Amino acid sequence: MPRLSPYLHLPALAASASLALSPVFAAEMTSVGKGEGQVDIVAWAGYIERGDTDKAFDWVTEFETKTGCKVNVKTAGTSDEMVALMNEGGFDLVTASGDASLRLIAGKKVAPINTKLIPSWGTVDPRLQDAPWHTVNGVHYGTPYQWGSNVLMYNTEAFKGEAPKSWNVVFEEQTLPDGKSNKGRIQAFDGPIYIADAALYLMTHKPELGIKDPYELTEAQYKAALDLLRQQRKIVQRYWHDAMIQIDDFTNEGVVASSSWPFQVNLLKSQNKPIASTIPSEGATGWADTTMMHADAAHPNCAYMWMEHSLSPKVQGDLAAWFGSVPAVPAACKGNELLGAEGCTTNGMEEFERIHFWRTPVAKCATQAEGCVPYYRWVSDYIAVLGGR
Amino acid sequence: MSLATLDLPAPREGLLRRLSDVLVRRARLLTLLLLLPPLLWLGLVYLGSLFVFLGQSVFSIDEFSGTIVREPTTATLLELFRPANLDILLRTIGIAGGVTLLCAIIAFPIAYYAARYAGPKVKAAFYLAVMMPLWSSYLVKVYGWKLLLAKEGAIGWFAGKLGLGGALEAWLALPLVGGPSLSVSYTGMVLTFTYLWLPFMILPVQAALERVPPHLIEAAGDLGAAPGLVFRTVILPLAMPGVVAGSIFTFSLTLGDYIVPQIIGTSALVLGQAVYTLQGTAGNIPLAAAFSLVPILVMAVFLTLAKRTGAFDAL
Repeated sequence: MPRLSPYLHLPALAASASLALSPVFAAEMTSVGKGEGQVDIVAWAGYIERGDTDKAFDWVTEFETKTGCKVNVKTAGTSDEMVALMNEGGFDLVTASGDASLRLIAGKKVAPINTKLIPSWGTVDPRLQDAPWHTVNGVHYGTPYQWGSNVLMYNTEAFKGEAPKSWNVVFEEQTLPDGKSNKGRIQAFDGPIYIADAALYLMTHKPELGIKDPYELTEAQYKAALDLLRQQRKIVQRYWHDAMIQIDDFTNEGVVASSSWPFQVNLLKSQNKPIASTIPSEGATGWADTTMMHADAAHPNCAYMWMEHSLSPKVQGDLAAWFGSVPAVPAACKGNELLGAEGCTTNGMEEFERIHFWRTPVAKCATQAEGCVPYYRWVSDYIAVLGGR
Repeated sequence: MSLATLDLPAPREGLLRRLSDVLVRRARLLTLLLLLPPLLWLGLVYLGSLFVFLGQSVFSIDEFSGTIVREPTTATLLELFRPANLDILLRTIGIAGGVTLLCAIIAFPIAYYAARYAGPKVKAAFYLAVMMPLWSSYLVKVYGWKLLLAKEGAIGWFAGKLGLGGALEAWLALPLVGGPSLSVSYTGMVLTFTYLWLPFMILPVQAALERVPPHLIEAAGDLGAAPGLVFRTVILPLAMPGVVAGSIFTFSLTLGDYIVPQIIGTSALVLGQAVYTLQGTAGNIPLAAAFSLVPILVMAVFLTLAKRTGAFDAL
């Protein structure tokens, strides 16, 4: 079982991370020499597979035979853990999510990447090449690995085969196309970051609030999002936490709609359940991960070789199929047996522009002059919402 | 006595020899040396880290930046009394109380049968049956119960077959204990906990019941007490320490659990989950520490009361 998604752990960040970003003038590598015999990587579970779980999913063995670099993986459970491991040192690479990556750059723990040494850099999705979570002042600090989006998963029988057009089916009590109320038949995510989903909904439906970014909320906007969630509490069957439990709930508990990950959608579809997913008109939240190299990497040559390897269409496609994510290299979408022809579309390839990639809410924010509500308050208030207050 | 004996060479005074002599002469020193490693472990590693953690509860988190302010304050502890947090405490204690009560009610007849009626062979089978659930993985049991309790699960199916579907619906329509289905209600959570911790209740109760002298029961009968009266005035008071001893287990285990509530129940947080969320993802260590104080205090009160009933003699 892979760690089902890094998203589960994205909230794992002390809200204290105020990011004072300054470029690091560490020397970039100018050439890739002979491999050092090994490379040590900190990664989300399921991100670097060598066929142990399922023989079909192996993108390590080939790399090891080709380069002679033995791959050692240390899996981390949270973004905090990743940052802590990188601070400790002794690792060459990390698959950092949007929150950890900027902290690592600010802490000067990761080195700038010379993209000229990575032949496949040009094949990376142009939308990701200069993404702000790994590019600071024009300097690249890593190679995009995978990204993904939250989706609205729904039961096609309850919705009579028509995809819901708005997130309102999970936010407001209403009669669904099958003639029954949605009360007690929908789910919401149990992490505080779900407040951003509510804010995203309000961005469209209450423009007068002036929400510019769902991760940057003023007191008034934040309060409105909480009010929406409190109202949602009354119709939620369960706040889901574990992907496998959500799958079970869609199978055995009569749940028909919820914010979810492509992973669950793919798995339920593979069991021939009447399940489909959509990204409604309001857009969706999502996550993006980057392979970053430690500033003091002991095996930089192997690290560069891995970064190059990680961008190969085969690796990207296999990983996307395994993880329910979207490849950072569009070429991976074509002709991958495990991913299938529609895999990228199912996982959200076309929806990049409508996805608000996850960030840690901090007090000092860019879009709101009066300042924003920091993440630790999101946590305590979401606990209250779950408890029915 | 001859001079020859004095000429015998003195035994060699090796270091080990001298050490063993000292230890033989001073038995207390030996005890101390033997106890030192476990005491150090308990004192430094366990209690030390516990107190360091709990000590964090007098710190607070800075409202603006979210960083921890290392100045003593009672603000964090007072935060426990905010309605949302108080809810978590009362909810957890309520669930633990419910589980304990249900365990006691179910365990007593089983233990009574095993203690008073079962023959040696049946008793061996009884021990096996009680301990059996403890052999399988905790998670397997919890997921199993989730399936049983599901809306389209076994319990609902049986209720429907027996014509009790209406009763189940009526129960789920009740305000506090109900919900969309058993697996997302407090009822389901309490049932699961009861199943998990039942062995810990049965065994002490059975031990206590076995110690009730049969002649007391016979004497009560001879003196004309009806079976009900014998039970109320002789058996129950004498077995009570066993029930209380079992309650210590069921109550404290429920109080600290944070796995079951993630899988079964209303999604409203219990104590363990609150601590987990606050320290792990929110970085609000002070409040997590303050929350951790609560079960310790609750258990201290519980154990003090239990000690008065003589529960510790029944363990």
